[in-house]
Amino acid sequence: MQAKRRLVKGNEAIALGAVAGGCDAFFGYPITPQNEVPEILSSEMPRHGRVFLQAESEVASINMVYGAAAAGLRAMTSSSSPGISLMMEGMSYIAGAELPCLVVNVMRGGPGLGSIAASQADYFQAVKGGGHGDYRCIVLAPWNVEEMYAFPGIAFDMADRYRNPAMILADGVLGQMMEPACIPSEPPAASHPEKPWAANGRNGRSHKNVANSLVIDPHELRDHNRKLQAKYQQMQAECKWDTRLADDAEIIVVAYGITARIAFSACKLARKRGIKAGLFRPITLYPFPAKPLLETAANAKSLLVVELSSGQMVEDVRLTINGKQPVAFYGEMGGVIPSPAEVCERIVEAAQ
Amino acid sequence: MSTIIERPGTQTPEGLNCVFEKPRAMSDKPFHYCPGCSHGTYHRLVGEMIDEFDLMSRTVGVCPVGCAVFAYEYFEFDMVEASHGRAPAVATGVKRCLPDRFVFTYQGDGDLASIGMAETIHAAARGENITVFFVNNGIFGMTGGQMAPTSLIGQKTTTSQAGRDPMLTGQPIKVCELLSSLDGVAYLARVPLSSPKNIKTCRKYMRNAVRCQLEGKGFALVEALSPCPVQWGMTPGDAIDYIDEKVVKVFPPGEFINKLND
Amino acid sequence: MDLCQINERVCKGCELCVKFCPQHALEMSEGRNSAGFHPAYLAHPDLCTGCALCAEMCPEAGIVVYRRQKARASQTQTG
Repeated sequence: MQAKRRLVKGNEAIALGAVAGGCDAFFGYPITPQNEVPEILSSEMPRHGRVFLQAESEVASINMVYGAAAAGLRAMTSSSSPGISLMMEGMSYIAGAELPCLVVNVMRGGPGLGSIAASQADYFQAVKGGGHGDYRCIVLAPWNVEEMYAFPGIAFDMADRYRNPAMILADGVLGQMMEPACIPSEPPAASHPEKPWAANGRNGRSHKNVANSLVIDPHELRDHNRKLQAKYQQMQAECKWDTRLADDAEIIVVAYGITARIAFSACKLARKRGIKAGLFRPITLYPFPAKPLLETAANAKSLLVVELSSGQMVEDVRLTINGKQPVAFYGEMGGVIPSPAEVCERIVEAAQ
Repeated sequence: MSTIIERPGTQTPEGLNCVFEKPRAMSDKPFHYCPGCSHGTYHRLVGEMIDEFDLMSRTVGVCPVGCAVFAYEYFEFDMVEASHGRAPAVATGVKRCLPDRFVFTYQGDGDLASIGMAETIHAAARGENITVFFVNNGIFGMTGGQMAPTSLIGQKTTTSQAGRDPMLTGQPIKVCELLSSLDGVAYLARVPLSSPKNIKTCRKYMRNAVRCQLEGKGFALVEALSPCPVQWGMTPGDAIDYIDEKVVKVFPPGEFINKLND
Repeated sequence: MDLCQINERVCKGCELCVKFCPQHALEMSEGRNSAGFHPAYLAHPDLCTGCALCAEMCPEAGIVVYRRQKARASQTQTG
């Protein structure tokens, strides 16, 4: 079936992408700027014979996701920064119990209640674990509405493959903006992998299944942690990235999500001023595409990281580059979004 | 001394009928609970329900955080270990996705009535078709005997060392009374585990609570008033007497809601 | 054959079975089990009627109770 190109809102794309990606159950709590996700799913999920439930809080949402994921279903929730903070305990349990699920964070300004404008200040929380304990989430960062549609399915597949929580890290602009996208009117049939570990009733199974993150013996917990770490190492092979105008670039601008869109425009502006600027866009923020970045930046004189934060991803970039080239940073905070011209000025500065 | 029986009831001698044995739904693992703690008794009753209703193959139990955190070790069916207080939300997730499974939570009073009160109330308000086995022993046992929202006035705990002061920490929360105003609740009962007779009553209540779920009636909860001899600083025998003398005065037993015949 | 068999391995010596035995057939052992508890034991098998109240009260699910297949249990007791 040929999908017609039409104007789609980012949050709508996430919701429809979740259905297309085989989401069996959605649990969520209202928070701006992601409200279209639960609103659309409240009718789409039952229409496809799937589960939608508005929970009493983000804390309950993530624990309902935990239960559904433990039972072997593709479960997700969606929220925005303060709500995601509330889910961190549950995320840690889900990671500890090695359950797959999807959490969408349409980021807004912080800290605290912050604002409802777009931000990328939850990068650390998303890629460094976020909750307690040594764990990592798979983190995908879309940059347009088509990726907002495609990533839920990709995230579910990765989550199932590694039995690990996955997060889509979007922002208020991506969630709220509309742009043309090809989205099928009916979702394709999603394939679900077997989950022999699911706690879904023994039904003739020779052993019981327990979804659990409690490992009271220190040596056993150490072994469990080593297993998790080995899994995270394995994930490195799945890192995804995108480059634009990077082949001959003297300066590599590193940005993700909506900032990468602005940075790409800025690179084109810079080229008009004779500066060979190119874009490196991490698509998986965890695993971070370190090797591809090193290779892309190999011939560049310098790098510039642009974020809607005080500088979070820049730390991973600097760890990757490890002093080989200067890495400059430009960030805006609190929901302020720089224009391509402003970013271009920083490219010019950094290139000197 | 009688012989050591590794698995009581597995071999019934000739000429005898086994009238009481550990339920088949339970594992052989000895409980980690303190002497005289009735978590083991309540576990056994849960196991009896699974056996009696033949639910082993389709049960998903949800464990709490607290003394019963290892409950999954003692049963032979599938289980999910929830975080502190979130068992009703976890059970909601399981039950909504697999409505033909028997889904229950097993929770203590710290878990259910303190940190997890929101999840408890909202699962009840939604009429979530799950069964909650609630153990109320009026104290945080696992962490060392701190005050619970269900601790009695004047009760000495490690965080109310002069006795619980209502001016400072309010009155005990009565979960059954609190939930009885919610239309989604199909079954609500409280019983002390203080005598064989009361345990039989508890079994009857639990049977009703299980039936509620099997018949799709909605949220069911049985509150078992239980002794915590170690943290109460009493012998097991005295702790049992204390329930009948003191605890039931604050937490009156009985059925609060029964919509089985509606 | 005792009608009431106590799994001494799991007994924690809480004495609830002793407290609730209507026949006073149970007592606490002087010896200790592997966990260090004085386990309960059926001191007077002849008194035991197989009523199972001890098993009902046992928090360890550690007591198994039998009854004779004929209802006249008290007359046919052989121990």
